[in-house]
Amino acid sequence: MGFDIRLPIGMMFSVFGVLVGAYGAATWDSEMYARHSLGINVNLWWGLVMLIFGAGMLLLARRGAVAARASDKTDKTLKNSIVK
Amino acid sequence: MRPHPHWIDYSVIGIYFTFVLGIGFVLKKYMKTSADFFLSGRSIPAWITGLAFLSANLGAQEVIGMGASGAKYGIMTSHFYWVGAIPAMIFVGLFMMPFYYGSRARSVPEYLKLRFDEKTRGLNAISFAVMTVFSSGVSMYAMGKLLQLLLGWNFNAAIIVSALIVLAYTFLGGLTSAIYNEVLQFFLIVIGFIPLTFLGLKDVGGWEGLKARIGNDAMVHSWKYLGSPSANPMGVEWFSMLMGLGFVLSFGYWCTDFLVVQRAMAADSMTSARRTPLIAAFPKMLFPFLVILPGMIAGVVSAATMSGHTSGGVPAKAESEVVSQSGPGGAISLEGGKGIIPPKVDESGKPLVKDGKVVLDYDLATPMMLVRYFPSGLLGLGLCALMASFMSGMAGNTTAFNSVWTYDIYQGYINKTASDQHYLWMGRAATVFGLAVSVAAAYVARQFNNIMDVLQLVFAFVNAPLFATFLLGMFWKRATGHGAFCGLLGGTAAAAVHHGITLPMGSVPGVKGGFLGVVVHQYPSEMAQNFWTAIFAWTTCFTITILVSLLTTPRPDGELKGLVYALTDRPKDVDLAWYQKPAVLAVVVLTVLVVLNWIFW
Repeated sequence: MGFDIRLPIGMMFSVFGVLVGAYGAATWDSEMYARHSLGINVNLWWGLVMLIFGAGMLLLARRGAVAARASDKTDKTLKNSIVK
Repeated sequence: MRPHPHWIDYSVIGIYFTFVLGIGFVLKKYMKTSADFFLSGRSIPAWITGLAFLSANLGAQEVIGMGASGAKYGIMTSHFYWVGAIPAMIFVGLFMMPFYYGSRARSVPEYLKLRFDEKTRGLNAISFAVMTVFSSGVSMYAMGKLLQLLLGWNFNAAIIVSALIVLAYTFLGGLTSAIYNEVLQFFLIVIGFIPLTFLGLKDVGGWEGLKARIGNDAMVHSWKYLGSPSANPMGVEWFSMLMGLGFVLSFGYWCTDFLVVQRAMAADSMTSARRTPLIAAFPKMLFPFLVILPGMIAGVVSAATMSGHTSGGVPAKAESEVVSQSGPGGAISLEGGKGIIPPKVDESGKPLVKDGKVVLDYDLATPMMLVRYFPSGLLGLGLCALMASFMSGMAGNTTAFNSVWTYDIYQGYINKTASDQHYLWMGRAATVFGLAVSVAAAYVARQFNNIMDVLQLVFAFVNAPLFATFLLGMFWKRATGHGAFCGLLGGTAAAAVHHGITLPMGSVPGVKGGFLGVVVHQYPSEMAQNFWTAIFAWTTCFTITILVSLLTTPRPDGELKGLVYALTDRPKDVDLAWYQKPAVLAVVVLTVLVVLNWIFW
């Protein structure tokens, strides 16, 4: 299949990470963290975790694409050499 | 107690929907033949099919139902994973996949046709197709009801929108789209629920603190109280737990249900197909911590959110009284509830009372935890995870239905010689048709709860004997088509009769059992009755299949090559590092399993 699932996963969680993380930073003083999440700014911290996860997935997808292109090339050169 | 999602929460949900649909659109151009649409061209790597194998099963029953069970029965609920799933997943990967994948069957019913005969396949295909669309409808109904109750969303809109989204991406990208989205949904559910378990546990003071707050030793041990049914909250004893749940029901589901097996059939090689359920087993083993613990915590924490207190040791009941402002259609009232689990209410908004005790709405345990611990921002993520679980279950049912309909019913009986493009078209038509029937079923479930209870009971009777048929089919070459067919019918009948003459304690004859007029035995609980029904059905099917097979002519060995253990070459795992081999994975899974059971003994 010519489409790597790690790409959309990486993109989605990176976007989530930036969005939720930034929201966490902007609402640093909000009393909702005391009310809900035991005083922890979970938006900021979990946003960072999602960003790292998303970026990791993107990195893997990129490495996969590079590897696929490389093996594609060797395939072609192999074929060419056989034809010749 | 009702959350008010902010723009940030709606943005997260909107982004999720965009990605789900985007995957469908991107995959559309790869769908050229029916094999692309129904089998993903058998080209998916093992880690993807593995996570999809897990996620397709991760429907509403899992996230909501296991949380509810955790609140009700405690850590014993983990048996549904450690006894009721993992051993069967190992078995299907190591021993059954060679026949499913190796026979090149395109569906589970098609394997039955290759191994046995046309009538056995027809029976399995038709019952599976009907069950799939109806269970999809039941879970749609559950989702609509939940979103309405929790967020005040419109029931119709919730059902139609989610059905349309699932329709769009399965229609466009077929099985690949469903599988890819299942992987996305898997990560979303995991990442959405980890903070819930973390915050919940932190609030109650870790596992030790949770044990102290629950204050009931039987709810924090998985095996210790299984000696007698009266000692544990589930009302079952170890034998029916191991045989009924651990063997008959679990193997019947994980080893024969096309919904999950289809994911492994899409794998890119025999080795990948065999590794699919084994890879799925790793996260599956750890899921109790994500879905059961929040349910248990929900029963012992207070609703600090609404009353303005930060949570602490204040008894839950005293606080929840502050939160009472309710009425039909209004916010959920916690009055009379336990922890943050609200009571079930009747039409006038009054809590339901049975035998002097308030009936709790356990299905709300996990959703209420999201509302309790997630501030705006993370709340959107949590709601996404909840919706993802509903949608992955729905999409799994849809793709399984359209394959069985197109290959086993349409191509099998209605139009045998059409072009491949026609079957591809039919697959897409079946996607629309299947989802339309599911939506209709959701409304039937809303209007007539009883009809759905009866239907689900009938499905349970049909499913109970299945594993006996597959076990004999794969490992005993003497088993014949007549034997298998009679065994299945006999097993289903045995299940119905057993259920008809027994009753769980405290129930009246009807859907719960005893409908044949005489009650010869009373089980301590509904669960015990279900486990024993399964045991009787399986044994009957097993015996009848053997007897009838011995009386009928077997098929010649030449026809059974690749379909039966004795006549199939053992798969060899060449080109794999030692730690990637299926057998090694299985040993690692089993070891972790033993350790987990020992810790939570």
